[in-house]
Amino acid sequence: MNYFLIFFSAAIVNNFVLSYFLGICPFVGVSKRVSSAVSMGMAVTFVMLITSVVTWLIYHLILVPFEVEILEYVSFILVIASLVQLVEMFIRKVSKPLYDTLGIYLPLITTNCAILGLALFSVLREYSFMESVVFGLGAGVGFTLALVIMAGIREELELAPVPKYFQGAGITMIVAGGLALAFMGFAGMI
Amino acid sequence: MSTQLSLKAEFVKGLWRENPVLASLLGLCPTLAVTNAAMNGLAMGLATTFVLLMSSLMISALRNFIPYQVRIAGYIVIIATFVTVADRFLAAFLPEISATLGPYIPLIVVNCLILGRQEAFSSRNGIGRSLLDSLGMGLGFIFVLVALGIIRETLGSGSIFGVTVLGDWFTPWMVMILPPGAFLTLGILIALANWYNDSSSTTPRSTDKKAIS
Repeated sequence: MNYFLIFFSAAIVNNFVLSYFLGICPFVGVSKRVSSAVSMGMAVTFVMLITSVVTWLIYHLILVPFEVEILEYVSFILVIASLVQLVEMFIRKVSKPLYDTLGIYLPLITTNCAILGLALFSVLREYSFMESVVFGLGAGVGFTLALVIMAGIREELELAPVPKYFQGAGITMIVAGGLALAFMGFAGMI
Repeated sequence: MSTQLSLKAEFVKGLWRENPVLASLLGLCPTLAVTNAAMNGLAMGLATTFVLLMSSLMISALRNFIPYQVRIAGYIVIIATFVTVADRFLAAFLPEISATLGPYIPLIVVNCLILGRQEAFSSRNGIGRSLLDSLGMGLGFIFVLVALGIIRETLGSGSIFGVTVLGDWFTPWMVMILPPGAFLTLGILIALANWYNDSSSTTPRSTDKKAIS
């Protein structure tokens, strides 16, 4: 499979949020403003890129040679949690403005299922090193895309007369359903 | 200690009033992803409840030994261990379901419902109370998953638990078993729950108002 196809598939056709339902919590929680959606998307993309590199190395250089694949889930989640911590400390040292933008969203990423999902999918599909990096980048871009579109719609939605019982989570789900329908239009392209 | 709920209330709250999905919006990823058939929803609910119960048992038993600073990492390792157990069990005894659910079984690790209950409840309460709380939350979770699964399977494939209930005259709504159907059904279900809570809590008062006016 060529790299473009993997990227395009992860970002658009099999969008992590809208067709795999990964990362729904931040999708519902952090999609009220376009600006915070962009920051969250950037933070997730960044962590996804690093995660895809590190988990590939751990799986193929440690778990497989020592035949302890059964520790896959435990080691992946620990690595992700410590990675997020490291990234947070690193950004705080290197770039204060970036830290202020991403700051509050970084710790939330640990429990974002899109990150662990990414690591699991790239093991499941037996991607090579480069392929899993491209896959991580594509998934991050797709996540950002879905989050930003959703935030744009929700900013408009504040002015709309939403039926009483649909306010809040209900209408968010309905809008997400509409978005998922729209993204299904890409389904035949791969 | 006098503010603690009775044991029965501890169990019942997860079923509806603090239902993890409908009231707290926790664990949405598996809720949406695996409910294209009632059977998948049930299997996912059972697996999650198993992990929730076992983790609560371990964490409430160890709550005085886990250092506060590393508690989250500790919880995650415990949860991930039981998820591995559930995953291997399903792969060995129910290979078909294991294949259908695929990566969503390992993703129970990051189900915010489980970590949320550990942080909010099991780390502060005894074993018995934590188990009751987990059982209530787990059953509430299973309830929503199966309800979603039944609605989507009926409309999307004309069957319930694989048994055809709607005859040849029925054209399946393909969209219901595809991703958009999951979002739409859950949205409507949440609205219905809001409506039910609202009407059941204000009905007596609204009749009072009518009587006064």
